[in-house]
This record gives sequence, structure tokens and C-alpha cells, in this order.
Amino acid sequence: MEVPRIQARRILEYLKQGKRFDGRKTDEYRKIEVKVGISNKAEGSCSVKFGDTEVYAGVKMDIGTPYPDSQDSGNLSVGAELGPMASADFEMGPPKINAIELGRVIDRGIRESKFIDLKKLCIKEGEKVWNVYVDIYAVNDAGNLMDVAGLAALIALANAKMPVYNEKTERIEHEWTKNPLPLNKENLAFNMTLYRIDDHIVVDPTREEEEIAEFRISLAVGDDGEGGARITSIQKGKQGAISEEEMSELLDILEKKWKEIFPKIKKHVWG
Amino acid sequence: MNKKSLYTKREDGRAFDELRPIEAKVGIIPNADGSAMYKSGDTVAIAAVFGPRILHPQHMQNSQKGILRVSYDMMTFSVYERKKPGSNRRSQEISKVIEWALENCVDLSEFPNTVVDVFIQIPQADAGTRVAGINAAVMALAQAGVPMTEMISAVAVGKMDKTLVVDVNKEEEDYEEGEGATDIPVCFLSKSKKLALLQLDGKISPEELKKALEMGRKACEKIYEAQVKALKQVGEERE
Amino acid sequence: MERKIIVPGETIMTGEEFLPGNGTRREGKDIVASRFGLVDISEKLIRVIPLSGVYIPRRGNTIIGQVIDVNFSGWMIDFNGPANGFITLGEFPGYVNKDEMRDRLDFGDMVVAKIVNTSGKSIDLTLKMRGLGRIDDGMIIKINPNKVPRVIGKEGSMVTTIKEITRAEITVGQNGLISIEGKTIEDELNTKKIIEFICNNSYVEGLTERIKEYAEKELKIGEKDE
Repeated sequence: MEVPRIQARRILEYLKQGKRFDGRKTDEYRKIEVKVGISNKAEGSCSVKFGDTEVYAGVKMDIGTPYPDSQDSGNLSVGAELGPMASADFEMGPPKINAIELGRVIDRGIRESKFIDLKKLCIKEGEKVWNVYVDIYAVNDAGNLMDVAGLAALIALANAKMPVYNEKTERIEHEWTKNPLPLNKENLAFNMTLYRIDDHIVVDPTREEEEIAEFRISLAVGDDGEGGARITSIQKGKQGAISEEEMSELLDILEKKWKEIFPKIKKHVWG
Repeated sequence: MNKKSLYTKREDGRAFDELRPIEAKVGIIPNADGSAMYKSGDTVAIAAVFGPRILHPQHMQNSQKGILRVSYDMMTFSVYERKKPGSNRRSQEISKVIEWALENCVDLSEFPNTVVDVFIQIPQADAGTRVAGINAAVMALAQAGVPMTEMISAVAVGKMDKTLVVDVNKEEEDYEEGEGATDIPVCFLSKSKKLALLQLDGKISPEELKKALEMGRKACEKIYEAQVKALKQVGEERE
Repeated sequence: MERKIIVPGETIMTGEEFLPGNGTRREGKDIVASRFGLVDISEKLIRVIPLSGVYIPRRGNTIIGQVIDVNFSGWMIDFNGPANGFITLGEFPGYVNKDEMRDRLDFGDMVVAKIVNTSGKSIDLTLKMRGLGRIDDGMIIKINPNKVPRVIGKEGSMVTTIKEITRAEITVGQNGLISIEGKTIEDELNTKKIIEFICNNSYVEGLTERIKEYAEKELKIGEKDE
């Protein structure tokens, strides 16, 4: 059922008073719940919930060949599946554009922030490197899958352990070392998506709020080393266009919110 | 049957007719009409049921009764060697045999032109994924209020060399001594006790198979109790 | 009254004097459950009341749904059921010109309608009664349809109680959709919270009292007097 006009009107009326249907303020996130290690066959894995929205993420690795333009680096590949288990609005079959976009946005967020030291995942330059696959599955969509998926990917990577690699047989054993992945911890970037509904900027939207928003903007934000925000990737989604003032306002809200929430996010990621 | 079996003790110390520890929970996916998680040892299955709901495309509709549609898949990170995302022939075959099994216990005669969709995902695999999937799916179907004649329970019986065991784990699945491992997933209806799913790969004599089915039937009775317990806890949970 | 939870295939009672009601069937001397839910025995009639699951449309039920199609013969309505509903021109109050159909009821509009017939491929709906028609204002919430009887209460007593506390107008669809129109946003949010409270505590005894307590203590209704 699409959001009826009378409902959209109500959502706007509430927002004018700074209220949302579930009692939250416009810049308030739902309760975040994290469970690490949901698959003991994965290098790293977790389940993350923001309110009722739940996502599973897992990291698997294998040995492959490097890409021609990065002969000395391992490969990262992030994918997402938004399947019909999570919502009556999702269909069976290969990923549709929503899953494709989500996977690519999360991928960029991790890649551009240089969270993973891909050079350290090179075994033999030009010949043999580690492939890191991060796979994300939507389990229940109650809005804001993008941010939940982003956090789940980070937590799965942060908790991952390098598999045992037998140099002689060139095989990966079914065991893990105690070593984490080569990560640049200080480069951690958290994906935050801001949604605009009429004149209001909202974070962590419900499905209805997502649907009536004119645009959304996802930003991967980390620490610049001096306690300030550093944006390493951006994606504007949906059609709505942004004025200069709005962009300025958005960035102010982003900075303020990021300063507030990043310490909590770091705790979820690093424990 | 005169030669002694090489498999005298189970790796994890279980008795031959002993199940792995079971964990079952109903109502884990709020958007679904019914949902459940079933865990047997290290194998975890989650299931979500949507329906009865309108079936598209129209040409697939049955004007006499609703249809059941099952989709089983494994998450890429559920196994040691990453599984490529998306369905493959194995998952399609498993979806079909699960569908055939579940059709025995649902009654969709009052819902013509509809579909009941069952989605099964495996986040962590340690053998017996299809049977764990069925066990989760049945609880999800019940919670979804789908009319059912009875419940259904499934288990993977195994034969390690000449020893019959119940609830095979991954190590046992890979057993290679003597006659090796024979994997026999089975599924029994709770009231009629009829066999709703049977597959086998390995080697077995008709006599051994009869014994295996008997062991499977007994094991399924215990699994049924765990499923009923999980369902009854739903009503009592007031958060 | 402790109601027992029953699972499909379980025997509820044995005896030929019992009658199998909704959610049950007779097998020889036994009355057996056909659905998961709570056993309800009144006199000799045994029923299973579902705890969860989709809404099953019944003749005479009032439902709230959304217009998903408008064609020359009427309006198609999605109400989260196992089939869609249909309002023919004949079941719309007054005369409607084929050209003004969308002015009266357009794509995406919400309606309160009554089910007149459930046989056939789609569910026949009518708007030709008081209280039915397009919903022009309000907040729509969705609850488990199986909790609707508790929200309505015996002869509407629970809805009346809620209205007394929050002064909001509430229209409850048997399919679990509810429309709330309050004088203020607070009133609407409080109504929503009370309805959710009912759904989460539907087995509790003395629910009406608990609601009044909840409204006073948690929602602080009645502390600001106008």
C-alpha cells in the first residue's frame, strides 16, 4: 500500500511541530542493537538493528588475482540482497536497482575512506591477492536499510579474522588466525543518510517517511584526525533538487549529528 | 551386516539417536505474516511466510485453492567456501522438495487464487540445512495463521559406514571411512506419521533404510515438541 | 479465564457432543485444531481464535483500504487481504458520472467500506451506509487484525473508553487499519499509543483499568486541563 495523501499530510503536520509518529525527534535514531558472529563459517559477521529494521552482514575471503590497475592490492567487493523475506515490496530474483545502489554506496563508503588497507592484502604483486567480499542481507525493512547496512558492513569487517592460508598447498584452511583484517581504524567512516521531507531534514526514517521524502543524501563520514568531520563519499538519491541554502543547512545538521553519534558508533564497531 | 561398523563413536559425543541442541524462536521478522528461527547445533535457518495473498501473475492462479511457493537459499557467508549470491540449481531443487513436503500439511482450499510464500534463508550452515529450513518454515506457517491439518518435522538421518545416526553434522557429512557417509533427509507429518520428504545420497540396503526411517520418525517426534514449545511461547510473551 | 494455546493437528476435546467451530475440524470423536491460536469453548462450540496471521474477509465487516484502480465499472480497493475489494458504481452513494469517478474517489485515496459479498474472485464492497466513504483526514495506523476485537471491545466499549480519554475520533477496520482524527497531534499520538498498549496487553485482565492507569501515569493525560 503506498503512503496515502492524508497520511503524508499528517506526517508533515507533525514535522512542523518537530514530532514523528513514533515520538522521535527529527534528528533521533532508533535503538541500535548489534549481535556479532551470526555465522561461524564467516571471516566476520553480524546482525544490526535500528528499531525493527534488521540486516545481516558477513565477510568471506579467498585468493584471486589483482585488477590490472591495482597490481599490488587486494580486492574489495560489497553486495546487498533486498529479498522478499524482508518486505512485501521486495521481489525474488537478481538484485534490483535498490539493492544495487545500496551495495555500491556502502562499497564506496568503505573504499574511499581507505578503511581497509588493501595493499596489505597483497600476497604476491601482480599475481596473488586476497579478495574480500562483504555480503549484506535485508532481514526486515522498517526503513533506512542503507544506514543499517553500512554499519553492519563495518562491524563485520571490524570483527573479521584472517583465514589460515597454507603457502605450500596454496589453499585456505577452514580455520582462522587470531589476526584481524589489515584495517586503518582511524579511517572508520559511518554512513549517515539525511532525508528531506518538505522543509524538514530527518534521519533514520520509517518506510513511510522514506517514501514521501523528496530526496535523500547519504554521506560516509569519519574523523579528520582532529575531531572534525571528514566526508569521504556522497550519494544523493531520489529526484528532488537541493538549493544552496538547503545544502548548507544539511551539512550543519550532519556535522552536529555526527559529532554526537560517532562515539556511539565507534563503540558498536570496536566494542 | 556381519562386519562391524568403523563408526563407533560420534565426534561430538552424542548418542546415535541423539539430536543436536535445538533453539527455536517464533516471530523474528515483524513485516512477515509469520516467521521463525530454527537452530540445530550450528545450523541456523530463518523462515518468513507471507500470505495468503494475491498471486501475480494471474495465469499462475489456481481457481480451486491457494498455492504454496517456497524459496530456499543460503547466505554467501553461511559456509566455509563462499557461496555465490543468488539461487542456483541446488537451491531450486531444495525449494521444490520443501514445497512438496509442506503442501502435505497446509489447507488452502478456502483461499483460491492466492499464494502463500515461504522464504527460507540459511545464515550459518553445518549440515542439515534443508531440514532446519522445513522446521523453521512450519512454525512460520502456523504463526501466519495458515490453515494446517497438522505440523511437520524434519531431520537428516545419516549412515556412517554401517552406523545409523540421527541429525548429521558437517563433520559426519564428510566422513569417508568404510562405506563413507550416506545422507538421508526425512520429514514426517506429526499426526499421520507419514513421510513427506525423502532423499538419499550414499549407499544403503533396504533393511538399513527401514531402520533409518524408524530412527528419523522417532527423532522428528522430539523436534515436534521443540516446535510446539516455541509456538506456545509466543502467546505467553508479553513485552 | 486462562485460554489454552493450540497448535494445528492437536486434539482440543474428545466427544461427539462438541461442535467444531472456526479453526477446528472433527476427526472421528476428536475436535482437532486447524489453526494456531487460542482455544475458545462456549457451551458446546469449540473455536480457535487466531493470535496472528492475515485478515480473513467476512460479510458485514467494515474495512479500511486504499484505491488502487479506477475503471469504467468501479474502484478496486487494497485492504491487505487475500484478495482485493471492489466497489461498483452501484454501491457508491448517489449518482456518479463516469467522468467524475476520480473526483469522488481517486487513486491512493483511503476509504471505509463494508463487505457485502466474499464469494467470487474479488470481495464486493459497499459505501452505501452511514459512516462509510472516503477518509478525508486523519492518521492511519496498522495493527495485527487479530487484535481488532480487543480494541473495539464488547459492543464498542473499548473504543468508547479510548475516545473518552483522548477525545479523538477513531474508525477501526476489521482488517487492522485504523483511522485516528484528534483535536491535536498529542491526542492522536496518545490514541496511537493506547491502541498499541491494548495490542501488547490483550490477554491481561481488567484491561480497561490498566488503560486508564497507563493514560494517567505514562501519557500524562489529564494533567493539562483546558
